[in-house]
Amino acid sequence: MLKQCEGSQAVAEAIGLCRPQVICAYPITPQTHIVEGLGSLVKSGKLANCEYINVESEFAAMSVAIGASAAGARAYTATASQGILYMAEAVYNAGGLGLPIVMTVGNRSIGAPINIWNDHTDSMALRDAGWIQLFAEDNQEAVDLHIQAFKLAEELSVPVMVCMDGFILTHAYDRVDIPTQEQVDAFLPPYEPRQVVDPDDPVTIGAMVGPEAFMEVRYLAHAKQLQALERIPELAVEFKQKFGRDSGGLIREYRADDAETIVVGLGSVNGTIKDVVDDMRKDGVKIGNVSIGSFRPFPTAALNKALGKAKRIITIEKSLSVGIGGNVSHNLRMALPDRNTTVYTVIAGLGGRPITRASLKKVFKSALDGALEPVSFLDLNLGVVERQLERERLARRTGPAAEAILRDLSAAPATAH
Amino acid sequence: MSGPQRVKFYQTGTFTVGNRLLDVSVRSVQSDTTRNNSLNSGHRACQGCGEALGARYALDAAMRAVNGKLVVANATGCLEVFSTPYPESSWRVAWLHSLFANAAAVGTGMAAAMRVKGRHDVRVIAQGGDGGTVDIGFACLSGMFERNDDVLYICYDNEAYMNTGVQRSSATPAAARTATTPAVGEQPGNVFGQGKSVPLIAMAHGIPYTATASVCDLRDLEYKVEKAMGFRGARYIHVHVPCPLGWGCDTGDTLKVARLAAESGLFPIFEAEYGEITGRRPIRKQIPVDDYLKAQSRFAHLFKGKGDPARVAMIQAIADRNIRRFGLVQEGAPA
Repeated sequence: MLKQCEGSQAVAEAIGLCRPQVICAYPITPQTHIVEGLGSLVKSGKLANCEYINVESEFAAMSVAIGASAAGARAYTATASQGILYMAEAVYNAGGLGLPIVMTVGNRSIGAPINIWNDHTDSMALRDAGWIQLFAEDNQEAVDLHIQAFKLAEELSVPVMVCMDGFILTHAYDRVDIPTQEQVDAFLPPYEPRQVVDPDDPVTIGAMVGPEAFMEVRYLAHAKQLQALERIPELAVEFKQKFGRDSGGLIREYRADDAETIVVGLGSVNGTIKDVVDDMRKDGVKIGNVSIGSFRPFPTAALNKALGKAKRIITIEKSLSVGIGGNVSHNLRMALPDRNTTVYTVIAGLGGRPITRASLKKVFKSALDGALEPVSFLDLNLGVVERQLERERLARRTGPAAEAILRDLSAAPATAH
Repeated sequence: MSGPQRVKFYQTGTFTVGNRLLDVSVRSVQSDTTRNNSLNSGHRACQGCGEALGARYALDAAMRAVNGKLVVANATGCLEVFSTPYPESSWRVAWLHSLFANAAAVGTGMAAAMRVKGRHDVRVIAQGGDGGTVDIGFACLSGMFERNDDVLYICYDNEAYMNTGVQRSSATPAAARTATTPAVGEQPGNVFGQGKSVPLIAMAHGIPYTATASVCDLRDLEYKVEKAMGFRGARYIHVHVPCPLGWGCDTGDTLKVARLAAESGLFPIFEAEYGEITGRRPIRKQIPVDDYLKAQSRFAHLFKGKGDPARVAMIQAIADRNIRRFGLVQEGAPA
């Protein structure tokens, strides 16, 4: 059913249609509206046969999901930012145990300094936890990816994170087609776990594994993700057959066929990138866009095919791997055996800094001119940074950088952005 | 009877030995040859391990109480490590180990799954050592309590982090030597005035059932586990389990040391329902704390040379307070 609603509400309804049996709820901005929506569905009886548990922390949220999933229930939770770090140990544990938990991440930055706005630092921090990570471009896809996520998770016995940009998607009111219960039921069969904690067939799960077998266990987690590389595109096809629209898949290409310059991004920023691509195409620039829908498993072969012919690649990255630069570009190199392809890493939108079409166009042109640094920061206020570095050169005890920068900004009006 | 040997019929009328002389209805679970052997032999626990003993009795009692319909969440720690060296397992129950700090929450999840699947007969136990319970797992434990989730949590308290080599936990008693509270300096051993009573904290949550127990009275432990399984909602049993390695006592003295802890008043044994104390295990003859402390090398610094009578007196005061507070010595009982 078509409706105009908030992204979080749409996701809550989609999750409800997936008939989760245990939902662990803990509030954290910007994810909170999702679990609130689910709370209403359960409390009103619209979502029957579901245990909604208000836990005391994200660590407990993931732990309750682990217990529920291991005991054979379809389990769901949602988090963001500090929350995913607070549950990090349990995130790895769910991955290691191969429990098909689905979790929404309403992507948000990580403090300090504390910041509630969108970037991808949170899910990037857990990229190696053995979870599949899918990124939604818009709210329709966020809805659709959750439905696919349960099926993918349960078929492969791997947990899945559906990442959607905080505020930009979670709080945006947009047109969304919410499927019917019949459609979802026809696509997603009930959860039949491979192994379950059950007194009628008692097994020991979570034994201590030493050097003699640990490598093999980790390899199997990797092998499952490689299986997902095949299953994710198949699921997108099945989804289209049942629901009539394209959603999901490993990557999505936009005007990339003949592109000499391809801009790669994750999540909602691809929408802005596509606008700039259209704009520059009008000027005859052979530029295109590739959106990475699955960051884990990383679609190396698909990206190689899509990017192999490009002269230059620009990654727009909403996370900073401090000390080196980009996470996405770092991974992308694995897909580019041709060392002559130039890869520009553009760190953008940290802590919710708007990524504007004008700024993107400027940076793309700079890349076309060969003037862009290998790692650059979109709309970084260099003056502020340099003044702080100078203060630190002059005095050892300068106090917290964030406060000094805020003082600086209020003293001198900001230039860019 | 004839001849010089005096035969004591001590087996009858007690619950400690000779259960098979008792009526079937009052025999212990362990005396039953069809007991579950939930924690089976072959595990890697140290000689004299109190935790292995406590866990075996507790889970067998629970298994009998719920006709085998039991699932267990186990925290990281000695109990988990010694019982499941891959690819072996000593557990004859459905058992899941997730993490150090989350056994209570995993138990909550299991209970929720069983409820939603309509398997109301299946019951949940979460268990861990004192580190996994009173320290790192405390938040999850309190969350499970306050939501009144249908989980029995059993803490096997050996008063330090034994798995990592005897470091202080918030269950470590005053003056005890551990690897992180060494017996050096002016005030050797663990600091006085620290630590917490998780049984009392459990009671403050108003949960249906809270109890303390000790491996010195395994019949009492069985009784409390069976009783706990008769309640729905959050329940907590805190079992005192000496660790010969960490405490520095003889491996054959596990039960003796546990008994001295109980009978000195240092480990009060009681039970409570909905936050109110409903029963206590009376001390028949209070023994001085010295007897308990001297049996363990972790307190040896209190008795070296001239000794440390002032701090022994402070420990005696703790025991005396417990006895008053929980009414452990009944009036008229022989002193």
